[in-house]
Amino acid sequence: MNLAAATNENLAHTSNVLIYSSMAVYTLAFFAHIAEWIFGSRSKVGRTAAALKQDTAATAGPVVRVKGARQGGTAVLDRPEVVTRSAAGTRDVPDGPGAAGGTFKGDLWGRIAVSLTVVAFAVQAGGVVARALSVRRAPWGNMYEFSITFSTVAVGAYLVLLALRKNVRWIGLLLVTTVLLDLGIATTTLYTDSDQLVPALHSYWLWIHVSTAIICGAVFYLGAVGTLLYLFRDSYENKIASGGKPGKFATSVLERLPAAKSLDTFAYRINAAVFPLWTFTIIAGAIWAGDAWGRYWGWDPKEVWSFITWVAYAAYLHARATAGWKGRKAAYLALVAFGCWLFNYYGVNIFVTGKHSYAGV
Amino acid sequence: MSNLNTTDERDLSTAGEQLSTAPREESATSVPAMGVIGWARWFWRQLTSMRVALILLFLLSLGAIPGSLIPQNSVDEMKVETFKGDHTTLAPLYEKLQLFDVYSSVWFSAIYILLFVSLIGCIVPRTGQFVGQLRGRPPGAPRKLTRLPAYTTWRTEAEPERVREAALGLLRGRRYRSHTVGDAVAAEKGYLREAGNLLFHIALIVMLIAFGWGQLFKFEGGKLILEGDGFANTKTQYNNFRPGTLFSDDDLVPFSFDLDEFRATYERTGPQRGTPRTFEAHVTYSEGVDGKPQKRVIKVNQPLVVDGTKVYLNAHGYAPVISVKDGKGKEVYRNVVPLLPQDDNITSTGAIKVMDGYRDADGKKTQLGFQAFFVPTFAGEGSGTMFSQFPALDYPVLALNGYYGSLGVDSGLPQNVYQLDPSKMTAFKDSNGDQLKQRLRPGETMKLPDGAGSVTFEGVQEWASFQISRQPASGWALTGSVAAIAGLAGSLFIQRRRVWVRAVPGADGVTVVEMAGLGRSESARLPEELADLAGELHSVAPTAPEPESEQTSEEPAEGAEK
Repeated sequence: MNLAAATNENLAHTSNVLIYSSMAVYTLAFFAHIAEWIFGSRSKVGRTAAALKQDTAATAGPVVRVKGARQGGTAVLDRPEVVTRSAAGTRDVPDGPGAAGGTFKGDLWGRIAVSLTVVAFAVQAGGVVARALSVRRAPWGNMYEFSITFSTVAVGAYLVLLALRKNVRWIGLLLVTTVLLDLGIATTTLYTDSDQLVPALHSYWLWIHVSTAIICGAVFYLGAVGTLLYLFRDSYENKIASGGKPGKFATSVLERLPAAKSLDTFAYRINAAVFPLWTFTIIAGAIWAGDAWGRYWGWDPKEVWSFITWVAYAAYLHARATAGWKGRKAAYLALVAFGCWLFNYYGVNIFVTGKHSYAGV
Repeated sequence: MSNLNTTDERDLSTAGEQLSTAPREESATSVPAMGVIGWARWFWRQLTSMRVALILLFLLSLGAIPGSLIPQNSVDEMKVETFKGDHTTLAPLYEKLQLFDVYSSVWFSAIYILLFVSLIGCIVPRTGQFVGQLRGRPPGAPRKLTRLPAYTTWRTEAEPERVREAALGLLRGRRYRSHTVGDAVAAEKGYLREAGNLLFHIALIVMLIAFGWGQLFKFEGGKLILEGDGFANTKTQYNNFRPGTLFSDDDLVPFSFDLDEFRATYERTGPQRGTPRTFEAHVTYSEGVDGKPQKRVIKVNQPLVVDGTKVYLNAHGYAPVISVKDGKGKEVYRNVVPLLPQDDNITSTGAIKVMDGYRDADGKKTQLGFQAFFVPTFAGEGSGTMFSQFPALDYPVLALNGYYGSLGVDSGLPQNVYQLDPSKMTAFKDSNGDQLKQRLRPGETMKLPDGAGSVTFEGVQEWASFQISRQPASGWALTGSVAAIAGLAGSLFIQRRRVWVRAVPGADGVTVVEMAGLGRSESARLPEELADLAGELHSVAPTAPEPESEQTSEEPAEGAEK
């Protein structure tokens, strides 16, 4: 018993060191991203404005040629090329060049930032695993453990998107900032020594219910970042389209982001992809509650807020298909929905007492 | 020109029609026709519109909020009572607004019932339309394929019929529903999107009905059982019993169980010292009136399930064994008295009530009452307070103070067994004239003054409390939720799209092939898929050598001139 306890403490200590180390590396990544944005600001892009002015001249969207055939190369040179066209009435603005603004130095710093993020992610993931090994259970027994896993998964999802060659590097700076914030809160106010679980958490549903809850939150976060930037970029594009001139800083930052339409699509795809998983999380929780508390749904505060979050995201998905609600209004709904998720995590755990009181704070 | 454009628009909207069964948006400002029927139709159309559904969804989430912040009767009645005591001005207002029972309140019910009516009003016509679409075939190609979101064209020497045949074969091979209309092949895929959408919404209704049914026919009861004691599932045996509105006593399944042993372990060291690690109730149960006894362990996450009725381990605590002797030294009371835990370390309180059989020093009949405070782990001799330091029975101490007189149990009012009402009683005094108080270790005895007898703390037993409940239709709720997830995945991940392939003889006798795709939403995958299909078709009907005249090859792409 004593021997086991000693190993545990060693591992728990290792976990803490790893988490702190990852914070150091994330800080470096943060500065690298800042450098990327600063060097990128020296390029004069001005593509958005040009495109929008051209757009006002043509009534329908311009034709964009895409490479249709998947296998490139000389053998299929004579293959038919697919021409795409946006629906009438939508603005067709090209995506910005990214934070680096097409500059060599900016791009270099961006690559350094991503590499640092990969390193930090690996270290942080090691911290989470060490924590799990130190207690020999899923590392999601209290808010500290939930928080460190949460940001690990968010970064992991971002890196997966990058690896799939999706255009997501623009998330980098905000993501790293948020991760630092999350880890900062986790290590200072939420910190709980590694320990065993209370009997109510002794269930394999912990692995299912809590892991999906973390994944949903982490990916919803990426969607929320997309939505937030969409709102900024959209008002920027609107201003230009109506002949206005946005501020210098706003122009510098926003013109390098993807087009509002791309950001909106990105956010929608993310949210729509995670929504079924969130539904599953709630249902898995209900099944677990049925075993642990004798009823599968009892309007416990955590249940209520996960329900509210669900309804808010459902409203968002419906709004996107409803005339008069698409675009900005739907985006506000998406932000409200993510706000509900956040409140469900921080607010309900800290300010409301219910059956989900495992926060350890 | 404008004339041509409107024909084109109509042509295009025909091509895209029924690609989903989403309701057409009604203008909210449209003035209803006069008369009751007109208003009713207007109201129905509003209710089933997406806009109102959105508002109802929003109201539903908004309405759920107060229930998570204000104590609810359905969750914790004690908390509601405390809240009412603390907020004397606010409470009556909340009461009126049903804020203590949000989820069964009239206004909350109104929101979700309206939402579900709206839902039904939406999915019934959509199901009809979808069945119609399944029976029908994808519409023919629009005149100008160039205007569709994805388009490609090339010239080939293959015959138009051969190209169409090849296209039909190709599309069918890819599980498109395809047929030839005139000079073009029309194909459609992804019907499962709409099927999933409908399945999801129907599953929501199933879940709601199952939940409602479960609430109406459920029962829930609590029972505190001492180690060694038993329980049989009849209404009278419960300490408290909360049936649903339509529950009848015949729904109680006959079974019984004995609590053989209760085991609890706690964290002994570290900052989380005292946190429970295991709770186990070892029981022997038998199904039916006299079934074969079977052994089982009930844990927090592992209820005992007998024919749909579940027995959950709820809480546990301690019950001192108390004996009382009267003035003549005759034992008049011996009982195991369960006490209620007050904190995480199981500091417990309760009452010992000696109702009859006791006579005081003068031989006069009276009743005795004791307020009992119990700590399983006392801090230590001299320094300890009556707050437990640890939840296990490491150093149990029982503190008693005694009263004599009338317990007030004959007044007819129901009495809390854990509380003593000393209003008609007199406290025992010690030699200094203070109230008699004594801390007892197991086996120790407290002498009552003036030969009034004695109380002995014989030992401690453990008790466990169980929640016994049955909620019918949970199988349906589960089925509904699994179907909901499946439907949701189908409706969000499957793309519904149409592809047309037109092959007509060009001016110079060479076949012109045009392909176009249309999806419900602009999908990144649609152009890719079209390119894929075009590649396949191209291998059957390869590009013809460039004609001498440039004009003819330009012709099919005329829509792209900008």
